[in-house]
Amino acid sequence: MTNSVIKGIVATFDRDNIDTDQIIPTEYLKSIKKFGFGDFLFDGWRYLDEGRLDMTSEDRSKNHDFILNKEPFVNAEILLARDNFGCGSSREHAVWALRDFGFKAVIASSFGDIFYNNCFKNSVLPIKLSKEEINHLFEISSSLPVSFQIDLKTKDLKFSDDSYYSFDVKDSLLDRIINNLDDVDITLRDKANIETFEQIRRNQRPWLFDYTN
Amino acid sequence: MPVTLYDKLWDEHLVQTDDNNESLIYIDRHYLHEVTSPQAFEGLRHKNLKPWRLDANVATPDHNVPTDRGDSFNATSIEDEVAKIQVVELDKNCNNFGIHQFDITSDKQGIVHVMGPELGYTLPGMTIVCGDSHTSTHGAFGCLAMGIGTSEVEHVLATQCLKITKLKNMLINFNGHPQKGVTSKDIVLHLIKLIGTAGGTGHAIEFSGSYISSASMESRMTICNMAIEAGAKVGLTGVDQTTLDYVKKHSNLSDSMFTKASKYWQTLKSDTDANFDQIIHIDVSKIKPQVTWGTSPEMTIDFDADIPSHEDIDEANYENLLLAKSYMGLDDSKTLQDLSFDKIFIGSCTNSRIEDLRDAASAVIGKKISKDITEAIVVPGSGMVKAQAEEEGLDKIFLDAGFLWRDPGCSMCLGMNPDQLKPYERCASTSNRNFEGRQGNLGRTHLMSPLMAALTAVNGKITDPS
Ligand code: SF4
Repeated sequence: MTNSVIKGIVATFDRDNIDTDQIIPTEYLKSIKKFGFGDFLFDGWRYLDEGRLDMTSEDRSKNHDFILNKEPFVNAEILLARDNFGCGSSREHAVWALRDFGFKAVIASSFGDIFYNNCFKNSVLPIKLSKEEINHLFEISSSLPVSFQIDLKTKDLKFSDDSYYSFDVKDSLLDRIINNLDDVDITLRDKANIETFEQIRRNQRPWLFDYTN
Repeated sequence: MPVTLYDKLWDEHLVQTDDNNESLIYIDRHYLHEVTSPQAFEGLRHKNLKPWRLDANVATPDHNVPTDRGDSFNATSIEDEVAKIQVVELDKNCNNFGIHQFDITSDKQGIVHVMGPELGYTLPGMTIVCGDSHTSTHGAFGCLAMGIGTSEVEHVLATQCLKITKLKNMLINFNGHPQKGVTSKDIVLHLIKLIGTAGGTGHAIEFSGSYISSASMESRMTICNMAIEAGAKVGLTGVDQTTLDYVKKHSNLSDSMFTKASKYWQTLKSDTDANFDQIIHIDVSKIKPQVTWGTSPEMTIDFDADIPSHEDIDEANYENLLLAKSYMGLDDSKTLQDLSFDKIFIGSCTNSRIEDLRDAASAVIGKKISKDITEAIVVPGSGMVKAQAEEEGLDKIFLDAGFLWRDPGCSMCLGMNPDQLKPYERCASTSNRNFEGRQGNLGRTHLMSPLMAALTAVNGKITDPS
């Protein structure tokens, strides 16, 4: 199955520097699972009480002013933010939380490097647009709930009937989302090259391999 | 053509580049800890794979270990059920796959970025990764070191390679002598204030200049550690005699191997006239002690400056400023001196090395912590640091002053273990992130140097360290 179109409601976060500690607080990093983080997304803003890994959204006292607690944003699939989204800690749990909540794309004027990479490994599409374009998208989405449509094949973001912005993202990265590819499998196709490289290195830099402690 | 250090390390480790300009980089050292590895091991099992090269991996639990363990503590003694599961899981994974671990009972266990260099696992010229963004620390040894996500941890375990694209080069030249009371932490906080938390995004930052040449390995590590807070995945410094002396002391290499390696290591610096995409010169003699006031490391000011108000900033940032001030409870405060502190944390991979503890101890020797401080803790970064500090009598100095002296771990750097702030508590912290809730739900963090934090413990307030 391929995922080449994302269409969904836009939730706006009018802030710079939303870091991965905000996206999912450290408390939830204690899980050893790779799924089930959706209830803890933006935990500090979304709930009034302190949460734990064994709680669900139902057990908690919600902050009803927070966008993801309001209709129709509980079903939002696209997140719109400003600058440097996903900066800070390398925790992949941040992307897992966005993914498990239901987000399929995040639009911002820039991203933390590690977060950006982590997105593609979990079928969340990060889209970089210029600050002017982001300003404009905030203008049209802040008063009324809106939907955007994102075409991964043509790399367009359609935001009203006939207007769109094009975005740039590496084809190989996009390919992973569209075709659900796994990096380990792709790399192991070149196993022989890695083995050769390693053997040369073993001869040239023996101290890296001769190490006991 | 003259090339940068980053470019040299890149070329040295490049296995191949594909049509999309994505490269496979061979990884020499992989550090693992309990938080970002379980799902990676699960992935290996799922695919029926083994680690590619066992001896490249070293593991230790650090993020959620309690720091008042005392003797005869083991993983099952952890009270927090969920934390226990992770530490036990790391034991299990390391045993099953045959990965070398310094487990919670080891006298060498510690924060992975403090422990690795001390035990000689970090050697110049290596590529080093870990599922932790502060892996940039190891760049201080002329390494290409960076934090990776859990999927990449799995990828490195399975293939010994990382799939990445090349970064741009940025050079920060720190020149001059710092004033009294100014440390490497102040210098890196100043840089982050200057270029912002996204200033280094997409770049490898090389730190250079006369200040770096004269700095200890500990200070270089503090600076490279916080490159990530300036947005850069990679921070690094060239190899010089200081680096070689440190490695000689800490590694287990035989003399002949060390000599052989040193010849190569000495080439690990940027060529004169190498081309950088961006160069910034900073005169460190002009830098004052730095303290953060807000909820991002770029929200830093001179310790005696006014906290920014809306007159100081442009409209676009107004909202960010208001949010930060309200979170930090600063609505009526004009300067940092107006604030009373509740807790003091001296520790973290930024500032828990022996030099940091000596600095802090120098400020509290013969003194008592202020009555206003409810808890002041010193958490050595590793078993080795702890032993060394105790040998020097630093533990006594701290204990006599009223500090708690703890066992190694990440501790109050992040709210994952019992050391946490309560809501609205204000903390003078030597860690690296002042994000909302980082040290505990609704806790308020001010980042600063160990010296400044120790003084704050004694005075209950921010004071002049000179
Ligand atoms: S001390 Fe803090 S920043 Fe460093 S590795 Fe531990 S949690 Fe991360």
